[in-house]
Amino acid sequence: MITDAPLRIVIVGHVDHGKSTFVGRLFHDTGSLPEGKFEQIKAACDRRGVPFEWAFLTDGLQAERDQNVTLDTAHICFRTPRRRYVIIDAPGHKEFLKNMVTGAASAEAALLLIDATEGVQEQTRQHANLLQWLGIKQVVVLVNKMDRCLFNADIFRRIATEYPKNLVIPISAKTGDNIASKSANMPWDTGPTALEALDTFKAAEEPANLPLRLPVQDIYRFDNRRIIAGRIESGTLRVGDRILFSPRDKLGTVKTIEGRQSVGITLSEQIFVERGQIISHEYDAPIVADAFGVKLFWLGRQNLEVGRRLKLKLVTQEIECHIESVEKVVDDSALADVTIRTKRPIAFDTYDRVAATGRFVLVDQHQICGGGVIMKGEYHDRSQNIFWTETEVSRADRERRNKHKGTVVWLTGLSASGKSTIATALERELFAMGMHTYVLDGDNIRHGLSANLGFSPEDRTENIRRVGEVARLFCDAGLVVVTAFISPYRDDRQLARSRVDEGDFVEVYVNAPLAVCEQRDKKGLYKQARAGKLTEFTGVSAPYEAPEKPEIVVNTEQHTPAECVEQILRYLKDNGRI
Amino acid sequence: MNHLDSLEDQSIFILREAFYKIERLAMLWSAGKDSQTILWLARKAFFGHVPFPVVFMETGFDMPDLIALRDRIAKEWNLNLIIARKDVAGMNPSKGRVVCCSALLKDNLKQAVARHNFGGLIVGVRRDEDPTRAKERYFSPRDKHMEWNIADQPPERREPINTDLAGITHLRVHPLLHWTEPDIWEYAEREQIPMAPLYFARNGKRHRSLGCVPCTAAIESNADTYAKIRDELRATKKSERSVRAQDQESEDAFEKLRRDGYM
Repeated sequence: MITDAPLRIVIVGHVDHGKSTFVGRLFHDTGSLPEGKFEQIKAACDRRGVPFEWAFLTDGLQAERDQNVTLDTAHICFRTPRRRYVIIDAPGHKEFLKNMVTGAASAEAALLLIDATEGVQEQTRQHANLLQWLGIKQVVVLVNKMDRCLFNADIFRRIATEYPKNLVIPISAKTGDNIASKSANMPWDTGPTALEALDTFKAAEEPANLPLRLPVQDIYRFDNRRIIAGRIESGTLRVGDRILFSPRDKLGTVKTIEGRQSVGITLSEQIFVERGQIISHEYDAPIVADAFGVKLFWLGRQNLEVGRRLKLKLVTQEIECHIESVEKVVDDSALADVTIRTKRPIAFDTYDRVAATGRFVLVDQHQICGGGVIMKGEYHDRSQNIFWTETEVSRADRERRNKHKGTVVWLTGLSASGKSTIATALERELFAMGMHTYVLDGDNIRHGLSANLGFSPEDRTENIRRVGEVARLFCDAGLVVVTAFISPYRDDRQLARSRVDEGDFVEVYVNAPLAVCEQRDKKGLYKQARAGKLTEFTGVSAPYEAPEKPEIVVNTEQHTPAECVEQILRYLKDNGRI
Repeated sequence: MNHLDSLEDQSIFILREAFYKIERLAMLWSAGKDSQTILWLARKAFFGHVPFPVVFMETGFDMPDLIALRDRIAKEWNLNLIIARKDVAGMNPSKGRVVCCSALLKDNLKQAVARHNFGGLIVGVRRDEDPTRAKERYFSPRDKHMEWNIADQPPERREPINTDLAGITHLRVHPLLHWTEPDIWEYAEREQIPMAPLYFARNGKRHRSLGCVPCTAAIESNADTYAKIRDELRATKKSERSVRAQDQESEDAFEKLRRDGYM
């Protein structure tokens, strides 16, 4: 037997406008109360010496009944001949807004209750805004407590005109008017009852034809299989599909799939996968960026603050972020349009394209302090083979055959400190030992790969970035690659280091005092720099940032190049690189 | 999507989140219908495995039927079974049913959590069971005394689920929160989940909810199959815990137990 999922309806509105009373009455008038519940509620009221209180049905907590106010959201099931419902009774009190969000966030439709004698109040407006912000479009307005204004049609109409786009129904929860049956007290009203209105709500449609989004939840190793687990948030996945892992841009092929929505998949290739990545098809990828415009709902105990460090959670991605700017604040600072910047690029969609990957929550010291939906972001066609393709031969395969590890030996030091001399001698030694090796030399690279760059700080940085990338590829190819570049900036060397795995990067500080280098000056560069003919020359007119924690320091003033090479080889052997 | 499929997918998602986020995760297993369902879901979530210990609370007033099922399932499904027991001399329901529950179950549970230093416990409560459980979260923090601050619970959206308190405080995880009692039986029928024979009617009586022998009453029923049980529950107006004598002692008997750390 196949049953439809129940429709989830949240009841919202200002505190004391009768939400819980309405729920209790609805249950009673439709014969939905469990046996003995009515008597139980009556006894609880008698004990407190108060008149019969319908709200005690969902106000399940002692404190709620004592104070006659709903503190937290309750979920209860209910059915009409037409279908099943989950009724979510949310608190109206301002202090319990976070509980109201908890309730409303999972609803497909809402009933907004307004006290006829008080009209639209602060939380009435705030809740209505919140519903809109949560994307709940089906909202029926119930003008309650009509008995208290003698079922006056004018009072009802005055409130109803504020909601021209909604169905508005006059009711009295306490007396049961227009709840499950038509009210005899309001002959002027020709609309449906609250119960009839419920049955007009439509179940949220299954998203069809949406792009595939499968956030990686975890990676398991069971029974010698490596299983990637996650829940398909949209779209369809089939065996044999080429899939893209964002934001790292890795490609793989689906070998097996188990499960329907919460799935486990295996891949044909061995690629690095971690929690947080979003799997999509190659041709219909999510956005990858580190800044985006959002609609934010703020629940924090402190005020919303630009620059404050928060944690952002978007499906299974978690990353540090901050509010970069606030564009617009609506509604008592609870709702705002802001720009968020994350520490590194993440994968996401705009909310209108894929809801699940277009919404997020913010966490401040382990507490959810807000949530939002992403409004702006640009989709780029990332399908033009710009991905890291995993080839059939892995680095591990190459290293097994080569009998040594791919390694980057990064020489840094002043001009004429001896980098090129050491690099070429080291290469010769490694080659003689049967290693696969190659030297990337500053001058040689500038003849080709970096021919378009000068010596400004920006160009130096770009030059080193390129060298770092080439070194990484060589390392991946299983070579011991030796680089000989001044590489004067710490950050640039750090970037190169960060591009390979730990242990792969061996920084060698080729150390010789400036005076010694200047004296060597085989190429006559120092002379030109001193004469002002060569600008931005490291050590003379541009800074050199010496390494703080290099793996090796070689001193070319006191040691011969052969001794320096010997020192480097010893390190590589001791650390299992060669 | 089929209703049961979506219930199942949501529960698997929660189990996997709990397993990823919580160190020293364990599951409370009574071998009753709800915890049988969670175990079934866990084996789906983890590809035939239950990768955390299951804790069975013994009181000395246990249903022999459940003990038998426990021992069979623990072996067949290769479970890491921890049997927790805290004997209190002379304790029995005549001392007061809530007093007894407190001593033999609630304190037993607290002791087991402290002994094994569990970072979180998976528990099979559902929102439709009683009004306090209707206010529960999927991930519900407990303080260091295992107490539940019911008036100040963290906000929770349907997803991403709030798991940030993992490692900070003890968490209760409720993967069946969104299920109803008939859902359990409909799913059990589809999946053929092994259930204790006491649930199925014999001679016009069956058990609807299983606790300790002295405090659990049978109901009048002829429902002797999964489908008949489901249909019976769809039609009934009696609440599930009405057969649990300890809840009926006072208006807030059950709420007090739960605030203090009961399931």
